[in-house]
Amino acid sequence: MTYFITLLLLIPLIGFLTILMSPAQNELMISRLVFTTMALHLFTSLAFTAFRILTGGQPLASDSIVIFSSGSFEYAMDFLVDKITLVFLLTGSVLTFVVTTYSRQYLHREEGYKRFFYTILLFYSGYNISIFSGNFETLFIGWEILGMTSFLLISFYRDRYLPVKNAVKVFSVYRLADVSILLAVWANHHLWGTYITFEKISDYQLVDRQLQTHNLIGIVVSVMIVLAAAAKSAQLPFSSWLPRAMEGPTPSTAIFYGALSAHIGVFLLLRTWPFWQHQAGIRMLIGAIGLSTGIVATGIARVQSSVKSQIAYASISQIGLIFVEIAAGLENLALLHCAGNAFLRATQLLVSPSIVSQRIGEYPRTQKSSSSLDRWIPQRLWTALYMLNLKEWGLDFFMYRYLWSPLKRLGAALGFLTTQRVTLFFVPAYLAGAFLCFNGHYIPLGLRQWLPTAFSFLGLIMAIKSFSERKNVWLSWILIITNHFWVALAVSFNESVPANQLLLYLSGVIFSGATGYWCLSLLRRYERHIGLGQFHGHIRRHERIGIVFFLSCLGLSGFPITPTFIGEDLVFSHIHQNQAFFAVFVSLGCIVNGISLIRIYARIFLGPGMHSQYELTYRSS
Amino acid sequence: MNASINDSPAQNTLYDERETLERLRCFLPCQPPLKDFIHHNPLHGFQGLNFEDGLVRASKIFGYQLYLPLEEYRSLYSSGRISRSALEQVVLEKHPGTRFEDWQDKLFCRQYKTSFHVRIGSLRANWKRFYKVDLDSQTHPALFRILSSYLDQGVATWRFPVDPEGFIGSLRKMEQNGLVSFFRGKRASSLLLNTSCEIKNLLKTIVGRPALYSQYIFDQQFAHPGWSGMASWIENNAGSLLLERKISLQQLIQFELLLEIDALDSHFGHAWLPLGKHVKTVPEDIFAPVEKTELDQVLAIWQNAFEWTYYDRALTKLSRYKDKNGQHDDKSHQSLFCLDDRSGSLRRHLEQADPVCETFGTPGFFGVPCFFQAHPGGSYTKQAPAQSKPTHLIKQVGAAQTRKSSLVLPTGSNSLLRGWMISQTLGFWAAFKLVRNIFRPESWLTTPEPVKEQDNASYLTIENSAAYPPENGLQVGYTVHEMAECVENLLRSIDLTADFARLVYVIGHGASSVNNPHYAAYDCGACSGNPGGINARVFAWMANHQKVRELLYKKGVPIPERTQFVGALHDTTRDDITFYDTQSLSEENGQRHDHNRKAFIAALDLNAKERAGRFASIDPKLTPQRAHQVVRSRSVSLFEPRPELNHATNAVCIVGHRNLSRSFSWDRRLFMNSYNYASDPGGKVLHDILSAATPVCAGINLEYLFSRTDNLRLGAGSKLPHNVIGLLGVANGMEGDLRTGLPTQMTELHDPVRLLMIVEHFPNIVSLVIGKSGRLREWFANQWVHLVVIEPGSRAFLRFKDDGFVAYHPSTYPENVLEP
Repeated sequence: MTYFITLLLLIPLIGFLTILMSPAQNELMISRLVFTTMALHLFTSLAFTAFRILTGGQPLASDSIVIFSSGSFEYAMDFLVDKITLVFLLTGSVLTFVVTTYSRQYLHREEGYKRFFYTILLFYSGYNISIFSGNFETLFIGWEILGMTSFLLISFYRDRYLPVKNAVKVFSVYRLADVSILLAVWANHHLWGTYITFEKISDYQLVDRQLQTHNLIGIVVSVMIVLAAAAKSAQLPFSSWLPRAMEGPTPSTAIFYGALSAHIGVFLLLRTWPFWQHQAGIRMLIGAIGLSTGIVATGIARVQSSVKSQIAYASISQIGLIFVEIAAGLENLALLHCAGNAFLRATQLLVSPSIVSQRIGEYPRTQKSSSSLDRWIPQRLWTALYMLNLKEWGLDFFMYRYLWSPLKRLGAALGFLTTQRVTLFFVPAYLAGAFLCFNGHYIPLGLRQWLPTAFSFLGLIMAIKSFSERKNVWLSWILIITNHFWVALAVSFNESVPANQLLLYLSGVIFSGATGYWCLSLLRRYERHIGLGQFHGHIRRHERIGIVFFLSCLGLSGFPITPTFIGEDLVFSHIHQNQAFFAVFVSLGCIVNGISLIRIYARIFLGPGMHSQYELTYRSS
Repeated sequence: MNASINDSPAQNTLYDERETLERLRCFLPCQPPLKDFIHHNPLHGFQGLNFEDGLVRASKIFGYQLYLPLEEYRSLYSSGRISRSALEQVVLEKHPGTRFEDWQDKLFCRQYKTSFHVRIGSLRANWKRFYKVDLDSQTHPALFRILSSYLDQGVATWRFPVDPEGFIGSLRKMEQNGLVSFFRGKRASSLLLNTSCEIKNLLKTIVGRPALYSQYIFDQQFAHPGWSGMASWIENNAGSLLLERKISLQQLIQFELLLEIDALDSHFGHAWLPLGKHVKTVPEDIFAPVEKTELDQVLAIWQNAFEWTYYDRALTKLSRYKDKNGQHDDKSHQSLFCLDDRSGSLRRHLEQADPVCETFGTPGFFGVPCFFQAHPGGSYTKQAPAQSKPTHLIKQVGAAQTRKSSLVLPTGSNSLLRGWMISQTLGFWAAFKLVRNIFRPESWLTTPEPVKEQDNASYLTIENSAAYPPENGLQVGYTVHEMAECVENLLRSIDLTADFARLVYVIGHGASSVNNPHYAAYDCGACSGNPGGINARVFAWMANHQKVRELLYKKGVPIPERTQFVGALHDTTRDDITFYDTQSLSEENGQRHDHNRKAFIAALDLNAKERAGRFASIDPKLTPQRAHQVVRSRSVSLFEPRPELNHATNAVCIVGHRNLSRSFSWDRRLFMNSYNYASDPGGKVLHDILSAATPVCAGINLEYLFSRTDNLRLGAGSKLPHNVIGLLGVANGMEGDLRTGLPTQMTELHDPVRLLMIVEHFPNIVSLVIGKSGRLREWFANQWVHLVVIEPGSRAFLRFKDDGFVAYHPSTYPENVLEP
């Protein structure tokens, strides 16, 4: 049985690696590899499902694969298969198979043929890890991969302005969801005091007992889960990212934003259902989010004049209903609805170019609005409602105002931080901090408990400054690294953290930081401009540097390719339950760091570039 | 304020709104909504200039890339696609007095700086420079969304509350609701509600210096040429939208300015100074003369050499023409085709399959310019070249409503509850259909008009009668005299006035493709991007009309009684032909038709096979029948962005007898218009032909040319990320500008060469003919189209150059070079 799971997880991953290795010019080979991979996966999924059904289909959990353990901390991968997994597996497998088969010919001669397919397969690997995950840590790995591949596919046309801009935008929402999960893991850690899997939380007695004693922290976990689910599934107030993500080739849009990616929030809710099912408030919250999204999004869908955004909002409104169904405990209905909606929207997106020949013939048609609503509502209210929908209820503006603007304004206030000043401040302050850390007896007692929070706050400031830095890429890069160092220092104050854990955390940071720095210096040798003031599109000329730099960005942001990934978890495990501010600062720093990294990458390597002089006049292309 | 900022009184009166808008209109893309895509010269605003000068100007002002990159020409040279002799000839011709050696280094080795300062956009760039604000990203999304919702032709389920007052009027009405505003701040809102929003007044707030107004508007509108072009097109073609909308460029600018004021207000409060206060000097007028650089000269040489290398081979082929004695007494049939390059290759295969047939080419509206209404109460489609203004309307009566409502894009799926039902039922069904299409492509979507089995039972109102009152100023149907005139004119233009075969086919063309918003670009260019089957059917009906025949007899075009005309439609994507009204054929003609049909089928198979050679995914060793099957299934495949290659590689148009070109394969690069100089000594017919064919062919040619060289700005980019906006156009993603021109998938195989028009007649007559109208002359005199005349008798080639004709001697090639 575990053999099956391993196979299902490995097939797309192996497909990804072989395509990565194959020559970019050889379309035929890539196309065959993709087809074989996906056909194999589909076949295995079907066989697996049949097997599961025949053998009774009891939920099945694999043994934990412990990756790192130190003291009470244990980092392990866990897998779980039940009905939910199977539905998501089949939906995903069929759709990915169909869409990749479709794209083999559709993308013929497109620049980035290879890139498209290996990104899709990597995405699909992430999807499989998520749906098979048996604990939050494993889910988080898949979750991160989904976010990163989303970024890559939205910015598939990487030398154009809007795709890159929107990719960064979407990534920042995803980042929010990522960190929500991270916080949920943190809260969980304190809730259970031990390593926990999804299987264990389905034990009602156990959950109930824990929640009785830790009511507040239980709520925190649930809220974080809901937040992550809402962000990933484009529920209010995050909805506006989904239509804006539709910048890539139509098939990738169909599979990501029509189908799989948008429904992963639903999966998270279904998976954690046993945990929060007895928290009435949380269920009401989910229901309310779902219902309001359903109503608002259907209105927005109805006024959309572009076909893809119409499908996007229609899909969001159905996902809203699915949220309601989940809140009401109708798991089976939710699963059916979820699969149906994914199939429908993916198909609709794939055939969306046909709409011209379809609708144009539907005449004669009168001018009347095809809604029955406007007969019951006074004209004035109707107009207002229409306009509100047209403006997407200000959702996009909301994101701009409450997500980007405050960060930018805060960053502007930090304008005094130059490279020199940062160094002048950082080195002595850090040394002092480190000194105090090892010589704890110099610190007044009342101060000690506040120091970690203060240091993490400094780290956050660094991250914000890095994000809002508009010119100097070096400063921005160094600030991100220092953010990690502050966090490490802050944690060391908390208790005596074993040196090997700190090393684990910082090794990835140092390595990725140095590599990234080296990439930038290398690039500087060839190119005069590498600031953050505009998009530079250097990937066109320096593809290799770009790839290495991208990997360093991932490493630095805690993506599961360096030990920092586990280290991040570790850091959180050392944050005490009563240090909410500390946790908030560290997680905010994490969000901002990630966005800042992706922004640096986008600004330097993506976009219309220095070599086309038209950035200003023709960015809409 | 700085003293240098005060402009002189003369500068302050520089701004003339009417003139600015007029000029703007000239340069904006002139592309109609998707449903009637018409090929046109994207640089129509520069057509008054010589081709090369126009290109230099266009590139310096608007930043277009109008030639291939230098490296590409060089590699074309090394692969032999540009010949040394053509290159030498062009150099000597363009730069007399220099030696070729002087240019050698520049042509082959020298590296040039390819980026240069572009004039458009330089004034508005100051927002970013001085104000640190990205105005476009603040205003464009809202502007595009509101514009597209207003103009939407049927995507949204809830309609925009359109007011008869027009765009601004509608917005004003909506803004009056008082609950929700289009704007963030109060000022823009009250400007919209309480003032007439004069552009001048708004610009005073934003720019503040009249000397800059004109350029500001240009900069602003060329930041989204797609939408501005669409607004301007709708303004100029009122009544052509299915859902009528009143918009003008002026209103678009007014609203955009309001949005800009609002964005600046919300960014800076009210405390911002107009842009003009920061801009120290008045920037250079964007239309000031431009300087031709050495790179421009080098590129022009390469382009001409590229063109003449091909033309030279084409002309050599023509010089090898053998006067085939093609006069058979008993012709199996005669066929009239569109002059289209795609019909051209079918003609060749038909002549091969049936050597005793005769084919003709003429613009595909077959001399019957009209509007067509497919269903009572439905919209009109224009079945005539873009520049003509038809006065007749043909209505289809009694056609079965074959249109199924769509199962996959039902409007109900947007709704909350219906969507709930649909996604759990249809969702699975849709997935099933999708899987099926991937393995066995077949059409399950409603396809564009031409593929639908044309309903032979339907009736067209071709003959005018008292029972038909005029509709919207159009006469319904033609009178007998008008019909006779139409038929006579066409038959005379192709010189088919005697020796009629028993069957004369009139074959229009259209294309069927699925999942393709640009489907109209695949249809007949001479029918304004509509399938030409209607015109063929109407023409055949007219020519079969008893009274028309009588009149024609009197006019000297005696059509024998036994001769019958048959209308037909050639589907260029599937390579299938549908014949119309065959039930009215006489018994003998019916048998002959059955016989001819076999030849058509054989020719269609061969044509499909020839086309298949260009598709990388089709095995070149297939038999014609198999290849035809593959081509057919391609046309209904959802994931095939290249159902056909359209006009790619078009290069030459021959106006003359078919015998001229008959001996050679032209690899689908040829437009052919039948014409006999002998029956038209005064050139009257030639004038009609050139007036109709030149804009159509040159429009196609130049649109392909510039979409190929600058796919970013003049083309539509890759098809794959396209998002259909309001059924009007396509954009990338949700927030992009409308993309004009052709997608990469249509142009990537195109060789960007200008059209070579070859006319068989005496040079003095041709001079006379093209001198008759300024618009026609412009094409040739300014070299947007090359012209070569074949002098009858001597068979010498004469090239039109500097208003005169000079002899042209094609190089000599061995035979095998010519026949690929």
